[in-house]
Amino acid sequence: MNENLFASFIAPTILGLPAAVLIILFPPLLIPTSKYLINNRLITTQQWLIKLTSKQMMAMHNTKGRTWSLMLVSLIIFIATTNLLGLLPHSFTPTTQLSMNLAMAIPLWAGAVIMGFRSKIKNALAHFLPQGTPTPLIPMLVIIETISLLIQPMALAVRLTANITAGHLLMHLIGSATLAMSTINPPSTLIIFTILILLTILEIAVALIQAYVFTLLVSLYLHDNT
Amino acid sequence: MASVVGIFSHSSVSVPVKDKKLLEVKLGELPSWILMRDFSPSGIFGAFQRGYYRYYNKYINVKKGSISGITMVLACYVLFSYSFSYKHLKHERLRKYH
Repeated sequence: MNENLFASFIAPTILGLPAAVLIILFPPLLIPTSKYLINNRLITTQQWLIKLTSKQMMAMHNTKGRTWSLMLVSLIIFIATTNLLGLLPHSFTPTTQLSMNLAMAIPLWAGAVIMGFRSKIKNALAHFLPQGTPTPLIPMLVIIETISLLIQPMALAVRLTANITAGHLLMHLIGSATLAMSTINPPSTLIIFTILILLTILEIAVALIQAYVFTLLVSLYLHDNT
Repeated sequence: MASVVGIFSHSSVSVPVKDKKLLEVKLGELPSWILMRDFSPSGIFGAFQRGYYRYYNKYINVKKGSISGITMVLACYVLFSYSFSYKHLKHERLRKYH
């Protein structure tokens, strides 16, 4: 059972070439662009959603932070579509791979922090010491704050990976449990199937929420540093 | 398959037709027709672009596009992913001998 439980997380290959590249490039096909004011239904729905989320997300930033709005909106769209596409049967979700989430988290976090250090160095360093700490505690607290700053990109990446992977694994397990139970004890199959349906609804929510959390945290780091 | 050259994104753009269409090619001419096609990278990219816009203009870019336009794409994506994971899935068949 071990081999086929984790088999869906192996990056697919065609004759040894990574087909994961093709799968990562698939979501943009579902989001067309348009040069007209009035579009078809698909583009209208998508543009309405994007406008809603971008206004909500960029409201708290100042002018300098809003230069990041393209980056953050494309980030949330990418993570949301990739997570939702991963809920289809047999599909491969790139965000389950830690490598990809690290590649997303580290540059964004580093960009925000470096931008803060370049422009307002005193404000950026002031984050390391919360207000009102007793004087003997200061050295230890600076060390703790430094560690908590340096761990932010790792936490971003691992949070996304772990949530999506855990959700997919749970669905696999409960799905195979329903199949096994159908021969052993049929009445309990219905109970387990209900659990599976609830879990699927949860997964849809988790897919969207994780995208939101990722982007929100990046924008928070940005807000601290602009 | 429409044998048009050049980029086009909606059917009101007129482009010259370079060759006969696939359904008009006689069976004996099929090998030479295949050899005449443009298999360079830009040719292949052009073929993908034409195919994309053909689907897009037929099912999505219409006045009352329905959900089936995007559902067909997702169904093809599921089948595509199934073909990738067939290698692992065939061990899970209910057979006595695998």
